Amino acid sequence: MTINRRDFVKTGTIATTGLMLGLELPMGPKTAQAAGTVYTPNAWVHISDDNIITLISARSEMGQGVYTSMPMLIAEELSVPIDKVKVAIAPPGAAYANAFLGAQITGGSTSVREGWEKLRLGGAQVREMLREAASKKWGVAMGQVTAKDGMLTGPSGQSATYGAMAADAAKLKVPEKVALKDPKDFTIIGTRVKRLDTAMKVNGTAVFGIDAKLPGMVYASVVQSPVIGGKATSFDGSKAKAMPGVIDVVNIGDGVAVVANSYWQAKKAREVVTVQWDAGAGANLSTASMWASTKAAADNGKLFHVNTTGSYETAVRGAAKVMSAEYTVPHLAHAPLEPMNFLASFSNGKVHLIGPTQFQQGVTGAVSAVLGVKPEDITVETTFLGGGFGRRIELDFVIQAALISKAVGRPVKLLWTREDDMTHDFYRPLSLNRMRGGLDASGNAVAFGHQITAQSVTQRAFGLPKDVADPFVLEYAVPPYEVPNTSTSLVMHDTGSRVGYWRCVSHYQNAFANEGFIDEMALAAGKDPVAFRLDLLKNKPRFANVLRQVAERAGWGKPLPAGRAQGVALMDGYDTYMAMVSEVSQGSDGEIRVHKITAVTDLGQVVNPDIVEAQIMSSVIYGLSSALYNEITYDKGVVQQTNFNNYRIMRMNEAPVIDSVLVKSMEKPGGIGEPGTAVSVAATANAVSKLLGKRIRSLPMTPEKLRQA
Amino acid sequence: MATSFTLNGRSVSANSEPDTPLLWVIRDELGLTGTKFGCGVALCGACTIHVNGAPGRACVTPVSAIAGQQISTIESLGSANTHPLQKAWIKHDVPQCGYCQSGQLMAATALLSKNKNPSDKDIQDAMSGNLCRCGTYGRIAAAIKDAAAEMRG
Repeated sequence: MTINRRDFVKTGTIATTGLMLGLELPMGPKTAQAAGTVYTPNAWVHISDDNIITLISARSEMGQGVYTSMPMLIAEELSVPIDKVKVAIAPPGAAYANAFLGAQITGGSTSVREGWEKLRLGGAQVREMLREAASKKWGVAMGQVTAKDGMLTGPSGQSATYGAMAADAAKLKVPEKVALKDPKDFTIIGTRVKRLDTAMKVNGTAVFGIDAKLPGMVYASVVQSPVIGGKATSFDGSKAKAMPGVIDVVNIGDGVAVVANSYWQAKKAREVVTVQWDAGAGANLSTASMWASTKAAADNGKLFHVNTTGSYETAVRGAAKVMSAEYTVPHLAHAPLEPMNFLASFSNGKVHLIGPTQFQQGVTGAVSAVLGVKPEDITVETTFLGGGFGRRIELDFVIQAALISKAVGRPVKLLWTREDDMTHDFYRPLSLNRMRGGLDASGNAVAFGHQITAQSVTQRAFGLPKDVADPFVLEYAVPPYEVPNTSTSLVMHDTGSRVGYWRCVSHYQNAFANEGFIDEMALAAGKDPVAFRLDLLKNKPRFANVLRQVAERAGWGKPLPAGRAQGVALMDGYDTYMAMVSEVSQGSDGEIRVHKITAVTDLGQVVNPDIVEAQIMSSVIYGLSSALYNEITYDKGVVQQTNFNNYRIMRMNEAPVIDSVLVKSMEKPGGIGEPGTAVSVAATANAVSKLLGKRIRSLPMTPEKLRQA
Repeated sequence: MATSFTLNGRSVSANSEPDTPLLWVIRDELGLTGTKFGCGVALCGACTIHVNGAPGRACVTPVSAIAGQQISTIESLGSANTHPLQKAWIKHDVPQCGYCQSGQLMAATALLSKNKNPSDKDIQDAMSGNLCRCGTYGRIAAAIKDAAAEMRG
C-alpha cells in the first residue's frame, strides 16, 4: 500500500524546516525529555542521540486510550518496541489538526479513524529516513539496511540504534512515497498492548490539571454568576481580603475571583464576597418554558427536509394503520470527575497555560483574543484529563484562569467546585423527536417519519449559520431500516440554554426515538422486534450481522427469570455498527435495575481490543447513568442540580454485567468512545417498556417518571 | 497552629488553618497530589485516604481532627507499583481517565486489609462509595479478586 498525499508532504516539509517544531518540546513525563539532543524527523517522532524515542499523541488522553493507541499506530511502522517508547501530548500546532474536525480537537470518536493512515505513515517516513541515513553512513544500498525493533542493521554486521542515526536522519527530506505494511504483518496493531499510562495512574504520579504547578503559583476560586451568561456589575471583597492568605479579589466579568495562597483560603474567602449581578438574557429561563418554546418551534419553526424516500405523505394516507409518538430527552451535564480547572501564567506579555483541554488550538485562540496577546506568545501544555466527554472542548474556564493571572500578575491555578461545574456546564440540549409510522394490512412498515426539534450546539460553539442544518443534530436521524417511504426533517430551535457536545451527541436522542419507535411499530404489527428489524435490513449486512449475533448471544426470546425483560437496539455511528440487548427488572422502590448488557460491535479493524472493550463498558455505564437518573433543570435561569446527590452517577453495585463481543473485520476502523452510550440507552428504554407494558418515551427513567409514563 | 500527624509513616507538621480539609493540606501544603478532589462533600470517594487504617474522606476531614493520627495516601502504596493491588490494576488495565483510581485503590486496600477473600457482595459493599465516571467497575472488581488471591498466597 502506497500513500502519497499532499497533506502528508506538507506536514513533513513544515517539520523538517523547523517552522513548527523545535520551538518547544511537547509536554510529557520528564523522562520524555531526553538528556541528549533531540531530533524531530517529523511531527510524530522525536529521537534523541542517547536513543530515547518519544512518540507524539496529538489527541488528549481523557480515558479513551489515545496515550497508547496513537503511539501504537506510529510504532507499528517505525518498528520500535511499544513498551520502550515515551509518549508526549502535542502542543498546539498546524500539523496536529484533526482533519475530521478541522482543528486540533479531541472529540467525535475520531482519534483512531483520523490517525489510522496518517500516524502509520508518520512512523514509516521516519523509519525510511533512518534507513537512508544508515545506508549513506555505511556506504551500502538502502535495500541492504533493515530497521527493526529500534535497531538498524547492515549487510556486513553493521548495527546502530535509531538514536545514533537520528541526527543524520533528521537532515534528510521526508519521503513522499512510503509503503505501509499489509495488515496481516502487523505486530502491534490489533494486539492487547497494555495502556502506557496505567503505571502512573495506580501510584498517584499521573499529572492532571488539578496537579499542575508553577513556581510562585497561587490559587483562585470564582463566585460564578448564578445565571449562566450573567455579569458581575459590582462587588464587595473587603471581608474576603481580610481573611488569611487572600491576595486579591477581582471582577473577571462572568464572576468574581478570589486569589489566595492556598485553594482552601480562596474557597473560604469566596463565601463572604457579595456580588451584584446583571443576570442577562437567561434570567427567566425555566425548563418548562424551554419545553414550551421547543414544542412551539416543532409546530411552527423553519423546517429543514433532511431526507425523503418514496412518497411519504401518500404512504401515510394509504396505510392500514398509522401511529405517532413524541420522544423527549432532557438537558444533561457532562460531570467529569475532575472539576474544571486550568493553570495560567501571564508575564511580560506572554502567557503559559497548563491544563486539561480537548481543544489546544482553541486555548491559544481564546486567550489571544481575550488578553490581546499574540498567538505566538502563548504556550499550552496539556495534562491528563480527569474525564472530558465534550466538556473540555469548551474554553470558559481557560479564559477565566488567564484573566485572573493577568489581573494579579502571577501564575494562578483556577479550580472550580463541583457545584460550579454542575451549574455552569454547556448542557446536552433537550430534544423533541416526533415520530410517525404506517403499517399495511399485513403489518409491513410502509412509512416512517421523524421530525427532530433540538438546539444546535454548532451554532453556539462554531457560529454555524442558522440556515444550515447542523450535522451534529442529525446523527442517526435516518435509521438504516428499508421502509419504502420515509421523511426526516429538522427544526433547530435555540431555547436560550447554553448547550454543548456531550458524549455521543445527537446519536443519543435520535437512537432513543428511532429505536423506540421501530419497536412500537413491531409490536403494533404483532411481530418480534428483532425479526421486524431484520426484515428491514436485508441489504444492510453489517447492521443485520450485529443484530443477529446479539440476539443469539443474549438468548433473545428465551425464558428469563421472573420479573425481567429484554430490549434491543442498534445503531451506526462514527463508522461503527453496534447492537445491544439490555436485561432489566424493577425493584420494589420503583428503581430500574439493568442486570446485563450484551453488546456486539463491528468497528472494522481494531487497534487495541482491550481498550475498545473498556470503551464499550465505559460508554454503557455513562449512558445508563443518564437514562436512569440524570436530568438538568433550570428555574429562574439557575440550574437546580449541584452535586452527585442530585445528579446521580451509577455506582459499582448498580452497574450491569457487560458481555461484549467484537466482530472480526477488515473494514477501516470505526470510533468507539461514544456509540455505546446511545445504544445502551435505547436498548434499556425498550427493555423497560417491555417490562412495564407501557412505552417509555421520556427520560430519565426515574420511579416518579415511570409512574407518570 | 501547626497540626502534627503521621503521613505515610513519616511525622509531618501542617501550618494550614485548623479547619482546612486534610485533602488540601496533603495536596497543596505537603505536596502529595495523588489524592484527588471530586465533590467536596464525601459523595464521590476521589479523596479516599486511610485514617488509622480505615478509609476516610479527606475532603470533609478538618486537619485539626486528625492530629496525632496515622494517615495513608495512594503514595503509601509506592511508586514502584509492587503492591498486589497495583499489580492487579495494571494486569487488568483498570484505569481509563484515572482520576478516581487513587481513591478506588485506597478503598480496595482498606477492604483487603480486613478481608483477604472478599465475595462479590463484599467488594460491592466496600467499593460502591467510590464513583468512576469512566465506568471501570467491572475491571476494579476483577482486579480486587486477583490481588486478594495473591495476598492469600
